[in-house]
Amino acid sequence: MAAGSSQDITTDLLVIGGGIHGCSAALNAALRGMRVVVFEKDTVARHASGVNAGGVRKLGRHVAEIPLSLHSMSIWNRIADFLDDDCGFQPAPQIKIAETEDELDTLRERVAELNGLGYTHEVILDRKTMRGYLPAVAEHCVGALASLQDGFAQPYQTTFAFQRKGIEKGVRFLENTPVDRVFKTGKDWKVVAGGQTFTGRFVLNCAGAWGGEIARQIGDHAPVSAYAPMMIVTERVRPFCDAVVGATGRPLSFKQMPNGTVVIGGGRPGIPDPATNRTHMQMAQLRHSAQTAIDIFPIMRGAQIVRSWAGIEGLMPDGIPVIGPALHAEGAFHSFGFSAHGFQLGPGVGDIVAELIATGRTQAPIAPFSVGRFSQVSTKPNEELS
Amino acid sequence: MKACDLAIIGAGPAGMAAATEAANAGLSVIVLDEQPAPGGQIYRAIETVPEERRKILGPDYAHGAGIAQAFRNCGATYIPEATVWNINPDLSIDYSRHGGSAQVSAKHLLIATGAVERPTPLPGWTLPGVTTAGALQILLKAHGGVGDDVVLVGSGPLLYLLAQQMIAAGKPPKAIVETIDRERYIKAARHLPRALAGFGYLRKGLSMMRQIRQAGVPRFSGAHDIRIEGVHRAEAVVFSVGGKAHRIETTSVALHQGVVPNQQATRLLGCDHAWNESQRCFVPKLDVFLESSIENVFVAGDGAGIAGAKSAAMRGRLAALRVAQKLGHSNGADIRALQADLKRDEAVRPFLEALYAPSRDILQPADETIVCRCEEVTAGAIRRAVDLGAPGPNQVKSFLRSGMGPCQGRMCGLAVSAIIAERRKEEPEAIGYYRLRPPLKPLLLSELAQLEPEATRSEPL
Repeated sequence: MAAGSSQDITTDLLVIGGGIHGCSAALNAALRGMRVVVFEKDTVARHASGVNAGGVRKLGRHVAEIPLSLHSMSIWNRIADFLDDDCGFQPAPQIKIAETEDELDTLRERVAELNGLGYTHEVILDRKTMRGYLPAVAEHCVGALASLQDGFAQPYQTTFAFQRKGIEKGVRFLENTPVDRVFKTGKDWKVVAGGQTFTGRFVLNCAGAWGGEIARQIGDHAPVSAYAPMMIVTERVRPFCDAVVGATGRPLSFKQMPNGTVVIGGGRPGIPDPATNRTHMQMAQLRHSAQTAIDIFPIMRGAQIVRSWAGIEGLMPDGIPVIGPALHAEGAFHSFGFSAHGFQLGPGVGDIVAELIATGRTQAPIAPFSVGRFSQVSTKPNEELS
Repeated sequence: MKACDLAIIGAGPAGMAAATEAANAGLSVIVLDEQPAPGGQIYRAIETVPEERRKILGPDYAHGAGIAQAFRNCGATYIPEATVWNINPDLSIDYSRHGGSAQVSAKHLLIATGAVERPTPLPGWTLPGVTTAGALQILLKAHGGVGDDVVLVGSGPLLYLLAQQMIAAGKPPKAIVETIDRERYIKAARHLPRALAGFGYLRKGLSMMRQIRQAGVPRFSGAHDIRIEGVHRAEAVVFSVGGKAHRIETTSVALHQGVVPNQQATRLLGCDHAWNESQRCFVPKLDVFLESSIENVFVAGDGAGIAGAKSAAMRGRLAALRVAQKLGHSNGADIRALQADLKRDEAVRPFLEALYAPSRDILQPADETIVCRCEEVTAGAIRRAVDLGAPGPNQVKSFLRSGMGPCQGRMCGLAVSAIIAERRKEEPEAIGYYRLRPPLKPLLLSELAQLEPEATRSEPL
């Protein structure tokens, strides 16, 4: 890496945020021959990327996300070869339970819609087939929607593996280094962080819940809010479920890990405090997740909770991420606001974003994720003050 | 939901004394405690212990009876058998009792949850038949029973107190294997002049040693490379002293390397902590009135830093008086006198801390030694994770699952922080500790499901 002076470091790509998207994009950019610096205000995978539920899920995606999710899945399926770390990835069915016939009808409509678009990865399971996959499911459940070739992985292990492979390929990670300022001078982008100024041809905003301020400095309006999905994990329970399970009529994410512990999440947020990095649990809310888990798997009634947690995630008003170039400022890109379902997309979107930055184009259909959807009025990017 | 001026978690000497002081000052007080009766660990079963066992346990233990009686009579609301599993930022407290959960809310909170034994990772420490000196003493206090061939291993005053109590009970330990060496005595000696202010403690210590000698209990000093051998359970303690190998056959081993503050509640709340190098543990940062970095949250007893039962009661009173003062119920005159008494009582600590500093064997366990018992994570695995780039305990936890089991890191937290600090050549304070999350103790999923919304939450059960 060439240093113009002790205070000014020149590189190709400046990535802001060391979550799975920042780490994946950085690695993929390095594989395309770029020099990359990643700025992480805390430590890599400190927030949503390190503490999410670990679902590797194509099931139930927004239709615009499906091509990205399919691409990502192709990388997940060879993740150990790619990163020299298996990331704890386990192929497993993802199954969304219907508790009533009405719910099952909704799921059938979903399959019909996807089939119409040419997607066949989601299928309906009748009651008997569902019970074959989930012998412990409650009697009242009538059927399910499933994506049988999905899975789950270890979130921290995965993001950490992306970081390590990135370092191996020359990516420089600056942890505990918050970005003070991003601005453009001429064709170059400058990032001021840790008392130094870094210059790069490109800047990529992967700052998650903190991405709104970075977007503003780049010149874009992105109304991201901090969101803290709560999860609980139980003591080890005799193996009874090897699929990842959700519900249709109420929020649930449920899976039994290979070691027997059961992770339960879905929809109930705690209170995030992005200024201090803390999240406060709302146990009175979390009780609904506990009840749903017991209703769908009565075997869980006697399970002991050993821990609950929440990580800070960026949520967009329309529930899908911001991916793609800045609206007007050349050389700036976004990949944030994954709205609590970005983990599976990490490997694929990092590849797509790196392609976009390195070549100026991508075949991936990312138009629906443009930051422009939030603003018709452009604001000017920060210019150098001097 | 029941509200009060002061909620106290723990009914050991600090909690009992604080409740008594605060109630006498006119405050509304609720005390939540896990045990069925007051006393904490140090005065466990103090109200019901038979006379004969009280004699075995000695006069320091018997002293707790008066504290417990005053507490019973003070008018504080006492909720025994209550397992606190969450403390919210607004100082409302969720607790579990008889299979259901309830909540209390408080203007002030005193955390008096005491100490836990320092984790003692040694080869073989997870074998059946291996316990801690503290656990053995609980058996003695609550049931009067101990084994026939117990070998005590480690360092710290509790080891000798327990030996003395076992001798009095007619079941002397088979041997005491001490990790303290000559060098430690020399290091400790320079703290003696100050320690003389706490002469009573030193005299008691010498008296304990004399009784142990008179009972003919073999003592091995300066033991290192300690391991417990056994296939399905403990069969022998093996160690070296000055190059000579020893092996003592036993089915029952009690380990001890001192006690450290129980940080679970203060960490859950997010109180600031500092590393105390002399005590080799984290201690919550407190002002001179024992208020933590979080307003209206106080810590008293050994949870505020190890100082023993007498100091614990004094600290409890100090915190209670400060809360009373803040609420306009006290003029603060007693506060200064208490602070002076506390200083005197704590004078012996630097001497004890230097003498009984934990063994390097357990501070930096060998690579193959299991550190996290719940998830069976070894010291070597932790070091390898650090070498890969994991910067602290929370990343190691996410990576290896250490501290993720049912004990929530109580048994491994300090050891994991120390191993990472040594490997990264950083101070433990910079390395930090596990982030703690509710529930503080395992909670039935069905109990959480039945948790009532706060508005309709009933009176304590």
